[in-house]
Amino acid sequence: MIIVGELINASRKSIAAAIENGDIAAIQQIAIDQAEAGADFIDVNAGIFVGKESGYLKWLTTTVQSSVDKPCALDSPDPKALMAAIEVHRGTPMINSISFEKERFDALMPVISGTDFKVVALCMSDAGMPETVDDRLKIADKLVNALNQNGIPVEHIYLDPLVQPLSVNNTFGMEFVNAIEKIVCTFPGIHTVCGLSNISYGLPNRKYMNQIFMAMAIAKGLDGAIVNPLDKRMMNCIVAAEALAGRDAFCIKYLKAHRAGRFDS
Amino acid sequence: MNTFQPIIDALLDLDKQRVITLVRDALNNQVSAKDILNQGLIAGMDVVGERMEKEDMFIPEVLQAAQIMGAAVEILKPLLGEDSASANGRVVIGTVKGDLHDIGKNLVSMMIKSAGLEVHDLGVDISPERFVEAIKSKDAKILCMSALLTTTMPMMKRTIDALTESGMRNTVKVMVGGAPVTQNFAREIGADAYAPDAGSAAKAAKAMVQP
Repeated sequence: MIIVGELINASRKSIAAAIENGDIAAIQQIAIDQAEAGADFIDVNAGIFVGKESGYLKWLTTTVQSSVDKPCALDSPDPKALMAAIEVHRGTPMINSISFEKERFDALMPVISGTDFKVVALCMSDAGMPETVDDRLKIADKLVNALNQNGIPVEHIYLDPLVQPLSVNNTFGMEFVNAIEKIVCTFPGIHTVCGLSNISYGLPNRKYMNQIFMAMAIAKGLDGAIVNPLDKRMMNCIVAAEALAGRDAFCIKYLKAHRAGRFDS
Repeated sequence: MNTFQPIIDALLDLDKQRVITLVRDALNNQVSAKDILNQGLIAGMDVVGERMEKEDMFIPEVLQAAQIMGAAVEILKPLLGEDSASANGRVVIGTVKGDLHDIGKNLVSMMIKSAGLEVHDLGVDISPERFVEAIKSKDAKILCMSALLTTTMPMMKRTIDALTESGMRNTVKVMVGGAPVTQNFAREIGADAYAPDAGSAAKAAKAMVQP
C-alpha cells in the first residue's frame, strides 16, 4: 500500500499559520511524524494562498525534505507552483493531480510530459463528476491513453476514481469500489489512489465508516491512499485489509505491526 | 396544539404515509392548501433545517423529508396558485465557473425550495455572465453561489463584480457557500451572507425575502 500523508495542507488552520510564520520546525515535525507512521509520500499543499502558492509550495518542499528522506506529493493544479516545487525537489515527486478537464490537462501536460513522475489522475472531465462505474471507466480510458501518449507509462499513473458521499445516494459506495476493481483489471500495472473520507460526508461517526470503506476498497484492489498516517486505527485497518486481500505474503506486514505494538490500544 | 403539528411531527418522523393521510384529511376539513403548505410542510422543513444545522438530522434523513414533502406538495399543487412560490421570492443558484461540484449545491437548492421559495438551479460551471443573465430574466432577488475548490473561489468575487456592473447589486442579495468558503471570505468579497450548510442556507434565504 502506498501511503500519502495528507497532513501538510494549508486548508488546515495550524498548517496555514505555520506557512505564514515560516515555522520550519513545525512543518518538519509533522513530516517526521508522518514518515515514522508509514507515509511513503508527504503531501504538500499551499492552495489557499492565492498569488503566493508557488513560493510557499517550494518552501514546504524544501522544509519537508530537510527533515525526512521521502518524496513529496506536490498538491496543486497550478503548473507554476508545481514547477517551483519540482525545481527544489529531491528524488521522484508525485504530482497531485491532473484530471481530464481540458484546461487542467493542457496546463499540466508540459510539466509532466516525458518525466518519470508519479501522476495522480482524477477520473473527472468537463462533463462533471462521475457517479457510476461506467462514468469512471470512460474517463479513465481517455486519461490513461492521453497520459501514455505523453510518455507517462501506466505504472506511474495513480487513478483516483473519486469518492462521492454515500449520504446523498446509497449506490455511491459500491459504484466506487467496483470502479477500482474494473480499473485494475482493464489497465494492468496501474495504481489506484484516493482520499476516501468524502464517503462519510453528511453522516455521523465518520471515522468508523471511513475505515470500513477503506477495507472494502482494498479488497477490490485499491493500492494507494491519501490519509492521515497518524490515525492508528485507519493504519491498522489498512494493514489488516491488505493481508485479507492476499497482498501480504505470509502475513509478514500484519505480524510486524503486531510485534511493533501497533494494535495495542 | 397547533392544528398543523401532527403534519410537522409526521414529517419529522419521516412517515410518508401519515403525512399524505394528514394532508388529505386537512383538505377534507376545508383547511386551505396554502396553509397546509406554509404552516405544515414548510414549517416542518424549517425544523428539519434546524436539526440539520445541529447535526440532529443527517443528509439522508433530510433528503427523505424533502421527498415526502414533494409527494405532499403534488397533492396540494392543483389547489395552489401558480405563483405561490415565486411570491415568496425567486432564487438563482449555481456552482461557479471552472467548478463541477454539485452535491452541496443540490442540497442547498432543495432546502431553499422546501422553504417555499422559487429556485432556478443553473447547474455547475456557471460563468458570471450567465448568473447575471439568469437573475435578470427570472427577476431573482437572491443569488446563491457554490465553490468547492480554492482555485474557483475567486470566481465568486468576479460574479459579484459582474452583478455590480449590471447595476443590479443593490436589488439582489448574495449568499455563498462550499467547503473552502468561510464567513471571512464572504465578507471580503462583499457577499451578504455565508451559509455553512443547507439548513442555514434555507434559513438565511427566507430571512432575506422577509418583508
